[in-house]
Amino acid sequence: MSQSLFEKVWNAHAVRELSNGQTQLLIGTHLIHEVTSPQAFGMLRDLGLTVKYPHRTFATVDHIVPTQSQTVEPFADPLAQEMIEALRKNCAEFGITFFDIATGHQGIVHVVGPEQGITQPGTTIACGDSHTATHGAFGAIAFGIGTTQIRDVLATQTMALGKMKVRRINVDGELPPGVYAKDVILHIIKRLGAKGGIGYAYEYGGSVFDDFSMEERMTVCNMSIEGGARCGYVNPDEKTFEYLKGRPHCPEGAEWDTAVERWKAVASDPDCHYDDVVNIRAEDIAPSVTWGISPDHGIFVTESIPDPANESDPEKRKSIEEALEYMKLPAGAPIAGTPVDVCFIGSCTNGRVSDFREAAKFLKGRRVAANVKAIAVPGSQIVDTICKQEGIDRVFSDAGFEWREAGCSMCLAMNPDKLVGDQLCASSSNRNFKGRQGSPTGRTILMSPVMVAAAAVTGHISDAREVFEVENAAAVA
Amino acid sequence: MALEKIVTVTGKAVSVPGSDIDTDRIIPARFMKCVTFDGLGEYLFYDVRHHEDGTPKTHPLNDPKHAGASILLSGVNFGCGSSREHAPQALHKAGFRAVIAQSFAEIFFGNCATLGMPCAAATAEDIEKLAAAVEANPVLEVTIDVEKNRVFFGDDNFTVNIPDSAREAFLAGQWDPIGELLEGEANVANTAGALSYMGA
Repeated sequence: MSQSLFEKVWNAHAVRELSNGQTQLLIGTHLIHEVTSPQAFGMLRDLGLTVKYPHRTFATVDHIVPTQSQTVEPFADPLAQEMIEALRKNCAEFGITFFDIATGHQGIVHVVGPEQGITQPGTTIACGDSHTATHGAFGAIAFGIGTTQIRDVLATQTMALGKMKVRRINVDGELPPGVYAKDVILHIIKRLGAKGGIGYAYEYGGSVFDDFSMEERMTVCNMSIEGGARCGYVNPDEKTFEYLKGRPHCPEGAEWDTAVERWKAVASDPDCHYDDVVNIRAEDIAPSVTWGISPDHGIFVTESIPDPANESDPEKRKSIEEALEYMKLPAGAPIAGTPVDVCFIGSCTNGRVSDFREAAKFLKGRRVAANVKAIAVPGSQIVDTICKQEGIDRVFSDAGFEWREAGCSMCLAMNPDKLVGDQLCASSSNRNFKGRQGSPTGRTILMSPVMVAAAAVTGHISDAREVFEVENAAAVA
Repeated sequence: MALEKIVTVTGKAVSVPGSDIDTDRIIPARFMKCVTFDGLGEYLFYDVRHHEDGTPKTHPLNDPKHAGASILLSGVNFGCGSSREHAPQALHKAGFRAVIAQSFAEIFFGNCATLGMPCAAATAEDIEKLAAAVEANPVLEVTIDVEKNRVFFGDDNFTVNIPDSAREAFLAGQWDPIGELLEGEANVANTAGALSYMGA
């Protein structure tokens, strides 16, 4: 019988049925970081347990690392120092590979996994981080877990989980110039809602995904959780294999060939069953931004901020009012022209080489507007190195961006990179929740890196296609 | 592992209304700079409960009449966003033992279940009715009957939904799965053995 990738991977990793009807699922690859893992190691010790398959857990440090002078320890923040040291101790004690700062391979966990070739098709991947679906870009079943489940995976390499349904999301046609992967996922979230994906794994496909690079696929899969779906993936293809070939943790020689055969076979069968199918036309998508405090509060940059007066559903009206009160944005006004204080390019959503390369293409020869603080934070030390080799960091610095060191940075502001007061940030990150970027009154507008670059240059929310005359994009490239 | 069987949860309730209340709001990221979960309770909903200078705002959780509440009432998609278990841990450490909301984000729901904290879904009308009753009488005793999937308060009651897998785990005292997962060790080795990437 034909099966979806989800079905095949689930079945291959299902150990047995548990007494409550959930499945004991084998987690082939476990990724950990400093924020959600220390308590799990504590629980492990309390129960007198050990790490069962230490070679299948990989660690990095990303949330709390400063992005200036991060090689100098102790960090200014003693709590951050305590957290990195706890991770070092736990990894050393249990024999876990740790991509620490001194290795040159440190970075955001969802950038490091693919970069190292740890992320592979047909595997199950769990991490105490909701953006773990990023790894689904490679045809893995990858999802975020809580700390008690980290304990479970450390102790048994398995966890208890109920099976999800599968929703196929087709995006077919050709994206208009100036429209990016970020716009695609913001559009999907707007269309299906922040809770539309609860209970589902999202399988993304269609010609747009066939044409996407691996990094673009990662951007979309990354934000599945913002649409409520714990897990999102793309079927593996030649692009997937080409990306992985030669990476440190990938098989070599004859084993590589066998692996590729296995990976090809794991893709969804053409006539398999989906619990739901959604079709989206690429031509209907334009550069997108958020206006509110939930990722599904999205509009095209050409549109106006919603007016609660036009909303008939009282629940929705209340939610728009609450969002606009927090965002201090005028109902019904065009979103373009909204002044910005801070611009941030980075995060596990858009902190990869292609993100910086694309923004640099347009920033070259331009300047960040006066009174705008702009920072660019590479997703990993390797991203940083490649950008420096290509001179991308110089383009950013010459334009007036601060080029920083690798980490999560201002996406969730657990390090010194924070908004102040009610500053408004044009951000390439993934969440516009109240207080997300470190100030309890700070405001976030989500968008693609190129749209952030446009906001940085003009000092307000702008249609990047106009600012950068994107009709001529091909000539610029 | 023998755990307490959770058949009912009884206590005072408090309503924190709103839709899409995310885990950043339940516990802001800056309070996650810790290596244990101890002490998280005091930071529950910190930024919506406090002004920037740290003085308390008007908020149901700051209202003395709701002190000691153990059942939280809320809206749609409660606990969305970050997978941080710090959120349910903060609720638990602050004394909460159950949440009744219109719907729950998936990771949050699972995290609560492994802490033995039932998340029961109910209709907006029923939650509003209960919230109004609690507002009128904050010491009202509210009981979630996990076995019957019902909430009882005063002379009233309504249906809730706790999905079967979680409900059965609460009733059997197996809401922390670690014991059962450890028992499957040999099966795990078999499954892992059939997957070439699991090799050392």
